[in-house]
Amino acid sequence: MIAMRRRSVPVGEIVFRALCLGAVVVPLVALVALLVAVIAEGVGRLDADFVMRFPSRIASAAGILPALAGSIALVLLTMLIAVPVAVGSALYLEEYGNRGRFAGVIEVNITNLAGVPSVIYGLLGLEIFVRFLALRQSLIAGALTLSLLVMPVIITASRESIRTVPNALREAALGMGATRWSMVRGVVLPMAAPGMITGSILALSRAFGESAPLIIVGAATFITFLPNGVMSSYSTLPIQIFNWVSRPHEAFQTNAAAGIVVLLAAVLCLNAVAVLVRHRLQRRRN
Amino acid sequence: MEHDAPSLSRVQRPLAEVVIEALLRLAAMVSVVTTAAIVLTLGLESAAFFSEVAPADFLFDTEWTPLFAQQHFGIWPLVCGTLLTSFIAMMVAVPFGLLAAIQMSEFSSPRVRFWLKPSVEVLAGVPTVVYGYVALIFVTPVLQQVMPSIGAFNALAPGLVMGLMIMPTVASLSEDAIRAVPVSLREASLGLGVGRVSTIVRVVLPSAFSGIAASVILGTSRAVGETMIVAIAAGQQPRLTLDPTVPIATMTAFIVQVSMGDTPQGTLEYKSIYVVGAALFVMTFVMNWVSYKLSRRYRRLT
Repeated sequence: MIAMRRRSVPVGEIVFRALCLGAVVVPLVALVALLVAVIAEGVGRLDADFVMRFPSRIASAAGILPALAGSIALVLLTMLIAVPVAVGSALYLEEYGNRGRFAGVIEVNITNLAGVPSVIYGLLGLEIFVRFLALRQSLIAGALTLSLLVMPVIITASRESIRTVPNALREAALGMGATRWSMVRGVVLPMAAPGMITGSILALSRAFGESAPLIIVGAATFITFLPNGVMSSYSTLPIQIFNWVSRPHEAFQTNAAAGIVVLLAAVLCLNAVAVLVRHRLQRRRN
Repeated sequence: MEHDAPSLSRVQRPLAEVVIEALLRLAAMVSVVTTAAIVLTLGLESAAFFSEVAPADFLFDTEWTPLFAQQHFGIWPLVCGTLLTSFIAMMVAVPFGLLAAIQMSEFSSPRVRFWLKPSVEVLAGVPTVVYGYVALIFVTPVLQQVMPSIGAFNALAPGLVMGLMIMPTVASLSEDAIRAVPVSLREASLGLGVGRVSTIVRVVLPSAFSGIAASVILGTSRAVGETMIVAIAAGQQPRLTLDPTVPIATMTAFIVQVSMGDTPQGTLEYKSIYVVGAALFVMTFVMNWVSYKLSRRYRRLT
């Protein structure tokens, strides 16, 4: 009996292992194939004119310049707001409020916020920034909304990298008479910076690709000028793509594919840089 | 005399130090204020909504037509659409994600893992509007060749693509849970002569159950909150159906649809996106909380 069962096990195991391997390979291949198909569809439409032109009712004359400029202005503004607040928040939790109840409450909130769907941030931004603070459908209203959305990403990454700073270094600095802040600024911040940068790049990439909350806070789909200040109305690349996909005309969908090529190039490069920075950091630590 | 020392040192603290700590504390407060603002915003606008629409209509009407002349406010068609697309997504994400997690933790060499995790992380950055395009332009036409009756907008294509998108989340979190199972348990089972597959299925997976469940619930929560894929590829027609071949609307897609138009503040349509948002928030909050508690449990055991 035992011998028979033993002989039958390898067959089952081979099937099982094949299933497991397939579960990794098939989705990965499917995903890459789909992305390659989009790129193949769009790359022919992509040229300098497409990047340098304004949107148009005529598909073949339309370009992404205002959307691209809007996206860049928006994510820069978002980072300007989100990074200092998120890093400050992480420093407080790790270096100041470590054991307190207040820190515990904040932790629970960050965990919760990281899981809130992005449309909810859009609803929040619409009520608070667009209406209550009367910022209207401006770049700054969009940037404030996105800042709240990406902050948990930066906070979490920053805290992880702050935790890797050895305690001995903190104690050495404090022992030599440094105040807490000069210890944090001179020892913790420089050592934790690469992790904070990784988190910030990931957040930037997320902000660049985000569209649902921006539709809610009123990013426009048809803009014929470049953003000229924080109160300017704006469009973004993902929203331009969404607008083109939604049209039944095939030429516009080719435009959408070409826009996606630009979007993917930007976002995947940002992510690759973030992963590389973190990888070098881990190697240094080991 | 002795207890004077600490208070003395507190007096000597430079003003700059105090100011900086206060600023950092303020930065940390932003998270708390954000949560409070979300709850308050959704709560107040929903209360305003229910002053005009009876809660019974919201819960028992079977039609959702706020944008028509004949307005109905029954939430179920939207909830149904959301659950339908999420269910399809999880039918893809759970089996593939779980098997992939087993492959990564039990059968893969460190070399493969070394390359696979970062690649998946880079791919995880693909914006959802791209997935929406893929579902509408590529997946639906393929489905139409297999089943000609399927609509140009349907729940199946966005559901499948969403599953592909969520699968890495399920795989990665399940892998963490499986990896947290002590090696001694595996060795005990293998030492008793139990086969490798049986060890995984009967010993490792049950031990990692709470962590795997946490990953599945978190994945479901992400599917429920996902917006652009369904807004682009599922159509925007709220209807009470479990048929995956016809156009439907999800809660998130409705919010986007209303936001695309010019809806003045104070109108019932405007309030309706907040009441849908509130329902969405409650659903995802409960799932995230359960998932968090479950993942804490296995972390405590190890």
